[in-house]
Amino acid sequence: MAKFIPFLVVGDPDLDTSIKVVEILIEEGADMIELGVPFSDAMADGPVIQSASERAAQSITLENVFQFAETILKKHHGFPFVLFTYYNPIFKMGIEAFAKRAKKAGIDAVLVVDLPPEEAAMYSQAMKMNQVKTVFLVSPTTSKERLKIITQASTGFLYYVSRAGVTGVQSEVSKSLTREVAEVRALTSLPIAVGFGISNGEQARQVSGIADSVVVGSAFVKLISEFRTTQSLDSVRALAKEIRIATQSQ
Amino acid sequence: MEQSRKGWFGEFGGRFAPETLMGPLIELERAYDEAKVDSVFIQELQYLLKNFVGRETPLTFASRLTEHLGGARIYLKREDLTHTGAHKINNAVGQILLARRMKKKRIIAETGAGQHGVATATVAARFGLECVVYMGKVDMERQAPNVQRMKLLGAKVVAVESGTQTLKDAVSEAMRDWVTNVGNSYYLLGSALGPHPYPSMVRDFQKVIGEEARAQILLAEKRLPDELVACVGGGSNSIGLFHPFLSDFLVRMTGVEAGGRSSVPGEHAARFDGGSIGVLQGTQTYILQDASGQIQNTHSISAGLDYAAVGPEHAWLRDQKRAQYVNVRDPEALDAFHLLAKLEGIIPALESSHAIAYAVKRARDMTKDQILLVNLSGRGDKDLNTVLEADEGKKHG
Repeated sequence: MAKFIPFLVVGDPDLDTSIKVVEILIEEGADMIELGVPFSDAMADGPVIQSASERAAQSITLENVFQFAETILKKHHGFPFVLFTYYNPIFKMGIEAFAKRAKKAGIDAVLVVDLPPEEAAMYSQAMKMNQVKTVFLVSPTTSKERLKIITQASTGFLYYVSRAGVTGVQSEVSKSLTREVAEVRALTSLPIAVGFGISNGEQARQVSGIADSVVVGSAFVKLISEFRTTQSLDSVRALAKEIRIATQSQ
Repeated sequence: MEQSRKGWFGEFGGRFAPETLMGPLIELERAYDEAKVDSVFIQELQYLLKNFVGRETPLTFASRLTEHLGGARIYLKREDLTHTGAHKINNAVGQILLARRMKKKRIIAETGAGQHGVATATVAARFGLECVVYMGKVDMERQAPNVQRMKLLGAKVVAVESGTQTLKDAVSEAMRDWVTNVGNSYYLLGSALGPHPYPSMVRDFQKVIGEEARAQILLAEKRLPDELVACVGGGSNSIGLFHPFLSDFLVRMTGVEAGGRSSVPGEHAARFDGGSIGVLQGTQTYILQDASGQIQNTHSISAGLDYAAVGPEHAWLRDQKRAQYVNVRDPEALDAFHLLAKLEGIIPALESSHAIAYAVKRARDMTKDQILLVNLSGRGDKDLNTVLEADEGKKHG
């Protein structure tokens, strides 16, 4: 049995819809939710999240995302939110101000997609001071040498990128994933979440057998973006159910 | 003037890359560190620079422009005379040798004005490697001749339709390709920006401009110039010219950014005027951004200068007050384009026209015994459509 971590880009198509989406995901048993901070230049993301991010970045700021989390946490006290962001909005806010704000908003952990631990000394220190967890990525191209640096910098959990590539749906889970995750596990006692490209129940089932948590991003973002035409979030709920059942089956 | 940490220029630079690229960037750094001290690599590079690129390029005394302005003596470093018509080929040749050394079979590049795309397509053809070039859709329209050239050279040109559809978005798309095809592909980045080791490596490959120019001016004038001028998009031609003069403290250095239509955000690409420090596409530097850290749109009549970030070494040179940065607006660049064509028989690229435009203003304030050395980074044939359209617009006004 693995944890289920869905992802959404906050503010796409708008904040009200994002609130509805989060309510549905919590109802359907999400263990944690990744809140994507919109950024104008989402270079690590594939077309689905990149365009959602670009749309939302027109009006949604990092501060808006904190306020969004605060609104939900009033009702769902203590629910673990993971902020998924690019570094520049943090840098612009100021690293210490960001860490304090994240703490105040009740954010559980932060993942900065373009901030490797080698450049993260000040950030990690500020986050530690404010008791907000720092999640770093591990990928198939990460060397053992660097894996050590990453595990040392990570608190909370490690996020394993299931394939070399940008975010997005893929047709099947990489065959080498079992071995890769086992190699990481040998070097750390931190829980391991696996994401990038997991889009349906079958893939979630496979990954649940290997990882502690399963992250589903682009598949949700794609369904949410269809809300603009369908005015319905039924498909989001259906996918959440499908993934939830799959992650519990293992 | 030393780098404080590897990959950093003071508080600028670094390696802010997604995890999947960290390993490949370290591998690239090691390969480059080995290659740059390997005499076989150095000899092959020098052979190609001489016999394929056509170096050294001349340093031309612009006698009629000098006379017309009545001030400083103006010299032009003629990067427009290289094979493919711009300085970009210097870096492309260097990096393709590195790619081959690293046994990569597929070359990825981004391009703004198309000059780097053409240079990359050229060296890829020369060495029989597959080549994919990402180019913003807006840039493909305004630099159509270069798109045709890349295709003739066997490259695949991919139109980038995200964001502002210009250089910044082409860089992001090239990075996405690299992340996805990291095993067999080499990302041949065209300017002195992006994550370490690119800013240092690209500068090293472009330093030949300044090294030649320094020797040439000493030969022609028996002394160093009073001021160097070069346009700054990402900043590779300018850093290539400036770097060999860094310890010549009496030589002033001026980088010219694109002032676009106005100083209103979104209407220019003057990072040092309207920008602030941030992190974009792998490097910490001056960028054009809003209060919440979103990257702002940019505009310049020249596609090659139309970019939201500046190379980190320039940010450092500016903060050290070793170089100064000014900006020139679209109409001034257009006037300089025409002026150089009429007075010197040289059609400059619109990018280089920005440097000329500053030199025109500056030379008048200098005395006749002073020397202004301008990098003519590329030829302007690619810009004829843009210039003719702008001239039409002015006529109908």
